[in-house]
Amino acid sequence: MPKDKLLRVENLKLHFKTSKGSVRAVDGVFFELGYKEAVVILGESGCGKSSLAKAILRLLPRNVERYDGKVYLEDTELMAMDEETYRQNVRWVRMSLVPQAAMNSLNPVMKVGDQVAEPAMVHFGIKKEDALQQAAKMFQNVGVPVDFLDRYAFELSGGMRQRVAIAMALVTAPGVVILDEPTSALDVLTQANIFNVLKRLKQELEVSFVLITHDIATSSELADRVAVMYAGQIVEANDAYSFFYEPLHPYSRMLMASVPRLRAETEPEYITGQPPSLLNPPTGCRFAARCPKRFGKCSEEPPVFNVDGKQVKCWLYGS
Amino acid sequence: MEEKQREVLLSVKDLHVWFELRRFGFSHAGYVKAVDGVTFDLHYSDSIAIVGESGCGKSTLMRTILGLNKPIKGNITFEGKDISSYSAEALRWYRSQVGYVQQDPFGALAPFMTIQRILEEPLIIHGIKDSVERERRVRKVMDEVKLHPPDDFLQKYPHMLSGGQLQRVVIARAIILEPKMIVADEPVSMLDASVRVEILKLLRGLQEKYRLAVIYITHDLSTVRYFSERVFVMYAGNVVEKSDVNRLVKVPLHPYTVALLDATSDPDANNARKFRELPPGEPPSLVKPPPGCRFHPRCPKMIEDLCNVEFPPEFQPEPGHLTNCWLYK
Repeated sequence: MPKDKLLRVENLKLHFKTSKGSVRAVDGVFFELGYKEAVVILGESGCGKSSLAKAILRLLPRNVERYDGKVYLEDTELMAMDEETYRQNVRWVRMSLVPQAAMNSLNPVMKVGDQVAEPAMVHFGIKKEDALQQAAKMFQNVGVPVDFLDRYAFELSGGMRQRVAIAMALVTAPGVVILDEPTSALDVLTQANIFNVLKRLKQELEVSFVLITHDIATSSELADRVAVMYAGQIVEANDAYSFFYEPLHPYSRMLMASVPRLRAETEPEYITGQPPSLLNPPTGCRFAARCPKRFGKCSEEPPVFNVDGKQVKCWLYGS
Repeated sequence: MEEKQREVLLSVKDLHVWFELRRFGFSHAGYVKAVDGVTFDLHYSDSIAIVGESGCGKSTLMRTILGLNKPIKGNITFEGKDISSYSAEALRWYRSQVGYVQQDPFGALAPFMTIQRILEEPLIIHGIKDSVERERRVRKVMDEVKLHPPDDFLQKYPHMLSGGQLQRVVIARAIILEPKMIVADEPVSMLDASVRVEILKLLRGLQEKYRLAVIYITHDLSTVRYFSERVFVMYAGNVVEKSDVNRLVKVPLHPYTVALLDATSDPDANNARKFRELPPGEPPSLVKPPPGCRFHPRCPKMIEDLCNVEFPPEFQPEPGHLTNCWLYK
């Protein structure tokens, strides 16, 4: 693994067993993340992006049917690690999560300060006073007044709760923070505020972000790299500059064209049809049924092609 | 219909909707001033958008227009008649004239009813007893919202449909009684990007075809452009700016509108390189709003001894572009 990469995911798969058969929520995901970088995982609802967050952090439900692939964090391969070592040394120590709807994920009967301090106490075995001091420092980092340490979640506004959830993910100083739709329930101004905080944290603390979202416009606020997910698979991995100006995969292009823009005169277009079911995904390219550029080869599964250092899973780029 | 074009369909005058707070359920403890002095006219086949953050009173305003909340002061007139004076029967008629598109299609449809039953319900309530006629109208409206073919959907339950399809059912239900006006409360905020545009275009198509008046309520300025001609910006219970959409985007007047526009991002890789200028703090409590202009504690252009004392009246620096801000005195 190259020295400048912090996290690398290769062919990660997570299938669930259900009464109707196996649901291939994550079915071949790859991406890379450098130090002090942010990668955006873009995808529509039901494409498996939240399952991806769980798969990386090994927060697995009981009905897992298949869970394999490779996840490298610096030079350690995580998938081979046993559960207890993973819990002690990786989860929340080197990688943490800001869950979806984080504003509702706080414990209503615990003071938010105690909640933020808890991971530090559990993982580093430090005294509560020290952990609270650490929590106070994190509160300053994310822009929450320090006297909020003694408040309960219901006394905070949505934006403040979201910041507390981010503070909780940062208190153990992990290298990677996974943000699962961190701002989807927030107002425009609050959302822009949270992104200002995240940008600053990326510069000031040694932290990298994996931002999982469906919102293309706001994702550009943080993105250094972009990976587009469709029906459980990554169909394009690109750097932000090329992606936002010239996406490669037909799905990425159509997704980009569907964004309503405030400052441009272009009419947005929509993608007809629906994503395939993850229960029985079609063989061949999973986007083929909705793709305007499909041709004969699309009935076979496309490999990942390398185009000037960008990866794209589409036959159009096969030579 | 043509000659009615410029006539006023719905008129909201100096509307105040306050909710009383009670301490221990008895003594009076103030009011939540959710809507505090809103005035506007909606003409036949016009569409307006109301933009604001959560808690600014836009949903309360909408519920009051639908007749679900009672105003404490001011009134709403529909085709010249005050809706608070309506009898139960007139109110039923009013509700057949005003369609409502809910925000969350997953929660707006009864899970135990088939799509056919859901769409028939308004017809039954409004006295269409002939079941053949009802089915004809259900099929017609499903065709309008492009749920093709109707037979695939009629006997299905809401949980079997995708979010976009559910929102089509919600829209179908809103227009099945052929209303004159539609109130759409964040109709696309729960949907995916690729579906969002489709639903917006569907709504706009219906609006043009049936010359519906539409009130589109949203927090997302970037979708407004594709839908409405006029836009009202609300902050803490007041409308602070009224304008054409294109003008508002190019030359916003009120500092709050400026902040809102600055905070809205378009997809652009350069966004990640810069910080956004934002007003500090959060919207005020609606129980004790700040005196004077409600935005003054956060406003970068606050004028001492004016903005924090007196509430700004409506100024009109440009024809058709109004704002409640002392900067334009």
